[in-house]
Amino acid sequence: MNGWQTLFYKEVLRFWKVSFQTIAAPVLTAVLYMLIFGHVLENHVKVYDSVPYTAFLVPGLVMMSVLQNAFANSSSSLIQSKIMGNLVFVLLTPLSHWSWFFAYVASSMTRGLAVGCGVFLVTGWFTPLHYEAPLWILVFAVLGAALLGALGLVAGLWAEKFDQLAAFQNFVIVPMTFLSGVFYSIHSLPTFWQQLSHLNPFFYMIDGFRFGFFGQSDVSPWISLAVVGSALLLVSAVTVKLLQSGYKIRN
Amino acid sequence: MPALSFQSVSKTYPAKSQGSASLKALDGVSFDIEEGEFFGLLGPNGAGKTTLISILAGLSRASSGRVLVHGHDVQFDYAQARRLLGVVPQELVFDPFFSVREALQIQSGYFGVKHNEDWIDELLTSLGLGDKANANMRQLSGGMKRRVLVAQALVHKPRVIVLDEPTAGVDVELRQTLWQFIAKLNKQGHTVLLTTHYLEEAEALCGRLAMLKQGRVVALETTSELLKSASSNVLRFKVDAELPAELAAKARVTGRIVQFPAQNAIEIEQYLAAVRQAGLKAEDVEIRKADLEDVFLQVMSGAAA
Repeated sequence: MNGWQTLFYKEVLRFWKVSFQTIAAPVLTAVLYMLIFGHVLENHVKVYDSVPYTAFLVPGLVMMSVLQNAFANSSSSLIQSKIMGNLVFVLLTPLSHWSWFFAYVASSMTRGLAVGCGVFLVTGWFTPLHYEAPLWILVFAVLGAALLGALGLVAGLWAEKFDQLAAFQNFVIVPMTFLSGVFYSIHSLPTFWQQLSHLNPFFYMIDGFRFGFFGQSDVSPWISLAVVGSALLLVSAVTVKLLQSGYKIRN
Repeated sequence: MPALSFQSVSKTYPAKSQGSASLKALDGVSFDIEEGEFFGLLGPNGAGKTTLISILAGLSRASSGRVLVHGHDVQFDYAQARRLLGVVPQELVFDPFFSVREALQIQSGYFGVKHNEDWIDELLTSLGLGDKANANMRQLSGGMKRRVLVAQALVHKPRVIVLDEPTAGVDVELRQTLWQFIAKLNKQGHTVLLTTHYLEEAEALCGRLAMLKQGRVVALETTSELLKSASSNVLRFKVDAELPAELAAKARVTGRIVQFPAQNAIEIEQYLAAVRQAGLKAEDVEIRKADLEDVFLQVMSGAAA
């Protein structure tokens, strides 16, 4: 293994060694959401006229889990290493900022997609699903995981304490995922909130992902692809720049 | 080409709040260390030793000046420079997710070193970690964690070994093991840069020394030259009561033990007379050669620079 592959391997090993907490727990959370919301709303809500609510909910929950866990992986790994001081072992190496970027983002994607698969397998068991366009499913899962992995890297570099990171997660990441249409189609919202949702990049990730299942979505998957792709490029550029300048890690 | 070259290195930390002054941690530090040297960097807390090592290791950046490792600039040619450096950090840090062997394998991987098991085994044995190879880092005592830090710094067989206070809070056994091993590596041609507060260690190990005070180099000499430059003798005795202030100012006082630097027999007689006049009784009187601690105190008090 060369340098960045080792860092990737180490990051995967890190979450894998505590997989009960990093994979099993988020899968359970998503299943609870599905059981409760599915039970309460199944007979009251139909989406796109034909899709039963539980079937609508499953892709949203899968994507939400992918995003939240990809973010959690890079951000918590970095803040832990910073606070424990063991980030020094990586700082002393010849690894370039690109190596850091690829290793942290790829390992976050691995965790996000592993949790996503877990949620998908368990929740999919409760409800029949269609796969209208599997390639879109894959594209949005991968891009979404990469975007949140990179965002987690930025948050992990920026935060100096656990509570700062928790604030970022609770006041930015969680609201943006919840308000992105995981639990509802934004067409059911009043116009003002619909327009606001269009400013939320998370909405496009979930909407595009859902298109892969139902062949229907609130906006065209191509638009979603453009938004998510641009957001990924922008966040990646910022991340690489921060890593190159040694922002908050090489004072 | 020197193994390490510090060229007018300065580091200023910006003022923390408005009104407070910015802190100049390093002020134009320049010196070279040749390949194969065992070099000591000494100075009181806050003199800038760790700042200098952080800049060398790429953990921090110089405000001006530059640092070269075998000709490679630590900032612009960092990958080459860091491949040549093995740094043992001062803080006792560890990654709680891994065993000792895993930590060493991972560290090798970062440097792109493949098939490193033989060297890892040798490191484990030489540092007395053989039976801890599969223990989790969390289960190790402080001394054992320190050994792993040393092993981690050496996985890629660096030509230059940097040890920042490696023996702080470490028991005698580990100090012995560590110095035997580092001395062996030094004999094989590795350059060693050491910072320590244990001046006896520095005197015994280092061929050449630099002393830092408030971010400046105040002494840069071979250890034997430095020892020669000091007052040649030290008068040492014990007293029951406190010394008068004007005498105490010239002495090194540790509890009951009083030590005066003295050039010759006349000075020694004068000191003893002064003590008697003060109505004190000197016991266990002895005269010994000056050691590095005496030199250090002289340099730091500005007596010799």
